[in-house]
Amino acid sequence: MSTRAVPPPSIPPRRSRFSPRRRYGEGPLHLVLLVATFCLAGYAGVRLLDGDTVGVLLWFAGSAVLHDLVLLPVYAGADRALRAALGPRTALVNFVRVPAFLSGLLLLIWFPLIARRTERRYEAAAGTTPDVYFGNWLLITGVLFALSALWLLVRALRSRTGRRSETKVRPSAPH
Amino acid sequence: MPERRPTRSLPETLRTLRALRTPADPGFWRSPVRGARFTAVLGVVLLVGLTLLFVTGLLSYAAYNPDLNPVNDKTPGKGWLGFYLFSWPTGPHWLYRLTQGLHVTVGIVLVPVLLAKLWSVIPRLFALPPARSVGHALERLSLLLLIGGALFQFVTGLLNIQLDYLFPGSFYTLHFYGAWVFLAGFVTHTVLKTPQAVRVLRQGIPRGEGGTRRGESGTPRGESGPPRRGTDTLAAPDPLPATLSRRGALAMVGAGSLLLLITSAGRSFDGPLRRIALLTPRGGTDPGPGPNAFQVNKTASAVRITPADTGENWRLTVRGPAGELRFSRAELLAMEQHSAELPIACVEGWSTSDQRWRGVRLADLAALAGYPDRPPGVFVESLQRGGSFRKAALRDNQVRDGRSLLALEVNGAPLSPDHGYPARIIVPAAPGVLNTKWVETLTFGEL
Repeated sequence: MSTRAVPPPSIPPRRSRFSPRRRYGEGPLHLVLLVATFCLAGYAGVRLLDGDTVGVLLWFAGSAVLHDLVLLPVYAGADRALRAALGPRTALVNFVRVPAFLSGLLLLIWFPLIARRTERRYEAAAGTTPDVYFGNWLLITGVLFALSALWLLVRALRSRTGRRSETKVRPSAPH
Repeated sequence: MPERRPTRSLPETLRTLRALRTPADPGFWRSPVRGARFTAVLGVVLLVGLTLLFVTGLLSYAAYNPDLNPVNDKTPGKGWLGFYLFSWPTGPHWLYRLTQGLHVTVGIVLVPVLLAKLWSVIPRLFALPPARSVGHALERLSLLLLIGGALFQFVTGLLNIQLDYLFPGSFYTLHFYGAWVFLAGFVTHTVLKTPQAVRVLRQGIPRGEGGTRRGESGTPRGESGPPRRGTDTLAAPDPLPATLSRRGALAMVGAGSLLLLITSAGRSFDGPLRRIALLTPRGGTDPGPGPNAFQVNKTASAVRITPADTGENWRLTVRGPAGELRFSRAELLAMEQHSAELPIACVEGWSTSDQRWRGVRLADLAALAGYPDRPPGVFVESLQRGGSFRKAALRDNQVRDGRSLLALEVNGAPLSPDHGYPARIIVPAAPGVLNTKWVETLTFGEL
């Protein structure tokens, strides 16, 4: 469909400036849904907050704030720093970005395990040691970067052979 | 051409200042990856995935049979939120292993999808004005329930399976009520946004004002972008040159999920699959060789069980209408022995493959206690001195199942101390903690 085929503008029904709909700004279903939402959230919320009210509120709102104002800017900033460091060699970005993202994701999710924050509790529960996970994380990270480097190498070799065959056709090409 | 050092005039300085963008300015966000389609794809994945997490989470609560006895219920104040509870069945015997394995593993795998979804809509957080109308303000408030709820659930869940109990209260309470608060925001967001997501996925970029006027209630009209143009209000108006396509970004998120799946899913199996699960609690190794070398939920030493407790002087007490009976381990071994191949499946999401248990049927013990047929439920008490679920209640359907045992042996050897020597409960499809170890007393009767 062409974007130019705009239907003739329908004239919206005239409403009083102070109609409830105009003030609410959305349809009636929207209002009903949101009232239901806050009823359910309130019913579960008083139970969630029963106990360490301030602690739970801090965790609930804090998780959103920490994500939006700390975690996201940190990884977005890291990505910007990577792009700045590589400068004009933009083709290299993803060879660092992808393994770094994957490794960082594992670290973010399994930080307590990798940092052995609960070593004694883990051993008491499982009877095995969580010592191995830091090494495993390093190993996975190493493999990811190695795979990325290998891919880059293969690509470079391929493009070089491509270029060499090109130079054979045009031996006078200036370097 | 010779460079001329520019001297800044006042209008130029003003222009520079105006170019300093704040996050409220759509031009501040410059990734070429953001866009309605990218968000819609992630949204649909989360719609399916988070629904699965919610349903399997509710099933896990039901699996504890919380309405049977207070000892099984960590959220007794649930009120109507327990409306759906039902008698947890004993078959198929891998039921809890499947539902809880899915709950935790899918939760882990969805982390990159959730993060990408939040990243894709972050410009909306800073959009000005903060609210266009009362309705819009309420909707944004409901987004706090959705996003705060989702992050709260993921963080408490991930910390709990790593035994890092940082959160402010009991995990069961926080994760159960947190799920309902999350659900409130989730359902509303789904109802309000699914039509938009479907339209974007079917027809491409949203058509701005003209496309959403046809009275589809709840659909925000044109969002905040310039009207009339068929605009994608999630896309950067002034994008940087692309270093990664949208498809490439989705592939990167998918690769994150795949990596998490590979390094986690093996925690639900013994042997080579567990060894692949390199980075996940209970991944990598099985505890030692031998018939008892499968995952342990809590060791004997952790709950201060000593050899003296479980030695020659140990007796099992069985109570019922027939009175109070006491059995030594040798006397139990002299009774009719039955076998059952059953897994251990933990609320933390890990499980073992089927183990071959051998022992006395709970139904046979109920008969000795005075219930020769149609036995009732049983109240089980352990020797263990600490830890939750020291006591547990099993429902009549669980006692009546022929595979429900007071197990004395596993895989052809006596139970090891960590697996509950001298005797433990094993019930098909029940959560791990209801399979009480180091059993001391069984009380058959109304619970």
